[in-house]
Amino acid sequence: MFFKKAGVGLKKRLKRKQYIGLVFIMPWLIGFIVLQLYPFVTSFYYSLTDYNIMASPRFIGIQNYIKLFTADREFWNSLKVTVIYTIFTVPGKLIVALLVALVMNKNLKGINLIRTIYYLPSLFGGSIAVAILWKLMFQDQGIINSLLAVLHIPTVQWLGSTRMALPTIILLNFWQFGSAFVMFLAALKNVPMDLYEAADIDGAGGIVKFFKITLPQISSIIFFNVIMQTITALQSFAGPMVITNGGPLKSTYVLGLKLYTEAFSYYKMGYACAVSWVIFIMITIVTSILFRFSSMVVYYEDGGEF
Amino acid sequence: MKKKRYRRGHVSIWTYIFVIAIGIIMMYPIIWMFFATFKTNAEIFGSIKLLPEKFSLQSYIDGWNVNGRITYTTFFINSFTLTLVTTLLTVVACSIVAYGFARFKFPGKKILFAILITTMMLPDSILLIPKYALYNSLNLLDSYAPFYLQAGLACYPFFVFMLIQFIRGLPRELDESAYIDGCSEMGVFVRILAPLMKPALFSAGLFQFMWIYNDYTNVLIYVNSVKKYTLSLALRLSLDAESVIQWNKVMAMSFLSLVPLIILFFAAQKYFVEGIATSGLKG
Repeated sequence: MFFKKAGVGLKKRLKRKQYIGLVFIMPWLIGFIVLQLYPFVTSFYYSLTDYNIMASPRFIGIQNYIKLFTADREFWNSLKVTVIYTIFTVPGKLIVALLVALVMNKNLKGINLIRTIYYLPSLFGGSIAVAILWKLMFQDQGIINSLLAVLHIPTVQWLGSTRMALPTIILLNFWQFGSAFVMFLAALKNVPMDLYEAADIDGAGGIVKFFKITLPQISSIIFFNVIMQTITALQSFAGPMVITNGGPLKSTYVLGLKLYTEAFSYYKMGYACAVSWVIFIMITIVTSILFRFSSMVVYYEDGGEF
Repeated sequence: MKKKRYRRGHVSIWTYIFVIAIGIIMMYPIIWMFFATFKTNAEIFGSIKLLPEKFSLQSYIDGWNVNGRITYTTFFINSFTLTLVTTLLTVVACSIVAYGFARFKFPGKKILFAILITTMMLPDSILLIPKYALYNSLNLLDSYAPFYLQAGLACYPFFVFMLIQFIRGLPRELDESAYIDGCSEMGVFVRILAPLMKPALFSAGLFQFMWIYNDYTNVLIYVNSVKKYTLSLALRLSLDAESVIQWNKVMAMSFLSLVPLIILFFAAQKYFVEGIATSGLKG
């Protein structure tokens, strides 16, 4: 009986079952509407109001944006700090990761152990424990300066000076190059060896091979990393807050920190939303430029149609 | 054979020196941190000595009880509760949604999938304030409900996408033969696909665990009362607790907070590395 039912109804079931997909994706659809779409639209609306959480928002047009761009000198500083932070963090971290991956793309003994050790700092990611460790190591009398003194290198006022505080925080990101490194290493292993052999026959040198073979072959991974790291970097918040709290003299006061401070210290929610829209537009511009320059080719078992 | 030799050829002594030097730079801060937990402030500052004068667990005991009434027992329990529940909800919800996307052709699927991909690049910061206002009006602030809600509603497009890709790699014939055997749609997922998805589910779970455990921004905004603090908030608080910071106590608790991640990483290394390498999850 069971067999018969399945046999007769199969065609009908296969047709019906397509709609059940909607049921399965329903949690996400609700989540998308309530926790992403609604906040997204509201965020823009709030940015046009004087919303402060206590009273209901009052529409004030683009006054928040006018104030940001013309009257708020802190904003221009934050914008500058954020751009510098991103410009150094993203390429710096990825170049370090790529260089190390290139050197290690050989049959080294103990590669698994090395990979583990290199990845370890990234495991702690944005953890506060690591931010605190960084803050301690880079104190004026901290271990880093002590090491420099022993090596007879002039010591540096790391976190206390407006010139060095931001680079010190950027350095923490360089230390955490592990995840990009593991991705690059995996991508490099997938580059077909025939390509290099063919290049050898043509007499190509190492640099030519790198730019003509290696780089194009792993470009989709690089592209992916640049986008994701840029989005993260432009919103960066926890590191600067714990390590320097934006100081000294706002030299590490990134936009993420300004957003938080305006919203949760001064309760200027509308104004903070305007800041978040500036961050969003920067992200949109950067990603659309990056997308224009690339297209990803990925192979699927089901041929892309699913 | 020739292909292999090509790769093997170039390992020189300089490569090893380079690799070891970088390894030391990577590990040194963590090792230094461990020994710093036993040092007095005087030993920490102005000295390059790695080993402490004497080993004593006093800093751990003092650090653990730093807050008087509420100890790190509470903070550890809080962190684990928040992280484990959120991770479990994420994995279950995201895999069901991924199943829906990967295996069914329902109306509007193309556009919904495009939305899913787009939201991967939607920055959290833009949603921060409206979400705070929303949870405030629902009376969900100062609890972990915002985390559970977001996880239960699969609002982690990254994991959904990764799991979709994984399911797409599994042959459809498996589903079809199960249907012929009289399996329901949910049955196919639970009995056929879910067991095959274990590595992907494990990777997603590990990364979500790591992210939520390390999270600072969201707990800072959603959680107010000290008895609900997670480790991140407790550690941040410990910096402001005293006028002169006793760094050994702070370092002791910071180090302890990293231990679960280190254990997890070494226990599940394979899934971490595969997760990053194959799906582009980042740390």
